[in-house]
Amino acid sequence: MSRFNHPLLLGAALAALAASAAFAAGPDLGAVSQQATNWPAIGMFGFFVIFTLGITYKAAMGTKSAADFYAAGGGISAGTNSLAIAGDYMSAASFLGISGLVYTSGFDGLIYSTGFLVGWPIVLFLIAERLRNLGKFTFADVASFRLDQTSVRIISAIGTLVVVAFYLIAQMVGAGKLIQLLFGLPYLYAVIIVGVLMIVYVAFGGMKATTWVQVIKACLLLGGASFMAGAVLFKYGFNPEALFSAAVATHPKGDAIMAPGGLVNNPIEAISLGMGLMFGTAGLPHILMRFFTVSDATAARKSVFYATGLIGYFYILTFIIGFGGIALLMSDPVYFKLGPAGAFDKLKDMIGGTNMVAVNLANAVGGPYFLGFISAVAFATILAVVAGLTLAGASAVSHDLYASVIARGRTNEASEVRLSKISAVVIGLVAIYLGYIFENQNVAFMVGLAFSVAASCNFPVLTMSILWRGTTTWGALIGGFVGLFAAVGMVVLSKAVWVTTFGNPVAIFPYDNPALFSMPLAFLTIFIVSKLDNTARGKRERAAFEAQFVRSETGIGADGAHAH
Amino acid sequence: MTDPMTARIAQNPRFKELVHERTRFGWILTGAMLVVYFGFIGLIAFDKALLATKIGTPTTSLGLILGVAVIVFAFILTGIYVQRANGRFDDLTAELIRDLGR
Repeated sequence: MSRFNHPLLLGAALAALAASAAFAAGPDLGAVSQQATNWPAIGMFGFFVIFTLGITYKAAMGTKSAADFYAAGGGISAGTNSLAIAGDYMSAASFLGISGLVYTSGFDGLIYSTGFLVGWPIVLFLIAERLRNLGKFTFADVASFRLDQTSVRIISAIGTLVVVAFYLIAQMVGAGKLIQLLFGLPYLYAVIIVGVLMIVYVAFGGMKATTWVQVIKACLLLGGASFMAGAVLFKYGFNPEALFSAAVATHPKGDAIMAPGGLVNNPIEAISLGMGLMFGTAGLPHILMRFFTVSDATAARKSVFYATGLIGYFYILTFIIGFGGIALLMSDPVYFKLGPAGAFDKLKDMIGGTNMVAVNLANAVGGPYFLGFISAVAFATILAVVAGLTLAGASAVSHDLYASVIARGRTNEASEVRLSKISAVVIGLVAIYLGYIFENQNVAFMVGLAFSVAASCNFPVLTMSILWRGTTTWGALIGGFVGLFAAVGMVVLSKAVWVTTFGNPVAIFPYDNPALFSMPLAFLTIFIVSKLDNTARGKRERAAFEAQFVRSETGIGADGAHAH
Repeated sequence: MTDPMTARIAQNPRFKELVHERTRFGWILTGAMLVVYFGFIGLIAFDKALLATKIGTPTTSLGLILGVAVIVFAFILTGIYVQRANGRFDDLTAELIRDLGR
């Protein structure tokens, strides 16, 4: 956090932290030196890898059809799916980044926790069951239900691939940095290990393996975080008030950590950030795919309900862990780089940076083996998230671009799935390469950009095609591109890229989060272009809404997805 | 699905009831979530002092309670929706499908 003194810059970095390790490991750990090899952590991670490879093998045996590969045959239960959804959300950044943010600024950490969570009710009320009723494998299936297959799949696939690419680069770089620090392995080793494992999970095990890897990791992370929060509360007699008092007594900002600080000063920035977090969630392709893995709309609903509970619980744990870090670590010189005469800055000099609060706290409450466990879980977290992203990207290439746009339906299931596996391998190799060349770049803005694109391109195209009768192909296509270019353009012209990366003196776009502007722009463009669309195709598409509407509301005629 | 089937469902009073009720319910809950969340963000942006107020205890602030309350509220809201959807709305859908079978 030390490099983010300006509140707006801090905001940008935090938007970027969204669900990624970029923030956790990107900017802060940039200068870390490799640590001593951490054998307990490597051992436990090795055990995780062997176990998940076993699951992948079993999943590969059971993966025969396209429905198996993309949607785990629709056979995932609501409970399992909720853990997978929660797992996609409980990333290394949520865990390390938010606990680190609570450590430095107290209350402000809660602003992000709430922002990440409140997208879920919206997903549930407006999207989840309609998505399940209309879709098959990807959200493009839904958006193109009554619109032109070629055009809508192109914009959906591009939206998906842009989100996946930025997210993936951030994760790869984050993984490399984090592993360097936690395991004491060289950067490139870590990037290659992550890349190869995600290829294996996705190419062989498809959605089944990807889901189970995510579920196992979610359980490990929830278990580990619960233990840590429990241990912290135990030290204070399970009285949060005692914990807060101890934290206030030792934190250099004192009582200010209990109130909003400098994180949100500009209301427009705050609302734009909130919108990006809230609606970006509803447009992330790897999350939307999870609604096709359950049997019906009832199960889709239940998964969101449980997932909201799990994610909320997890953020409350993170908050306790952050305060535990203040109370238990801040006055202990063991966890700090000491200056001359043993002096240290409580906020800036933590070993490994403030994102290591949770890791150092694991050592404080559970000793070196628990530290190894938490480190292994952090690595597993990155691995599980990149596997989900890779599958979403591979599906966009094979199911949307190849099967519907290039081959125009003149293909069969077997060759589509084969192409999807090849795509997963290619995406994995590209990700390793990008992770390698972006090693020393500032990638913190990339996850924020991924969320903005999801909120400004995927989300408007999807919701307008489902909810508004008047939407036509031209509207969705042009509106989607406008949202995409607006989001990317505004981020490029904002401080995070224009000033920090390109070295220009002043940012052209004054805010760090474009969603407040780019998202309404996309909706408005879809609306206006659709209204102006007088083509015969546009008329047919409006007329076809009725059939889509009936199916989206009732599920009558919906794909069972499961072939068994 | 053939067109006559679509028309039959769309004309069915149970379908109309289902859609009307669920759409209304969904938007009301969406509105509630937006108001609560952006209300919270608004307080942070405009009235930091209020959130710093101590409530009875020496350390815990109003902002902290409200922040946790937003998280709990989101969870409860999804619970309310799911309960109603898995009960009332699914029943209506099942009745609709029975109607169509006749």
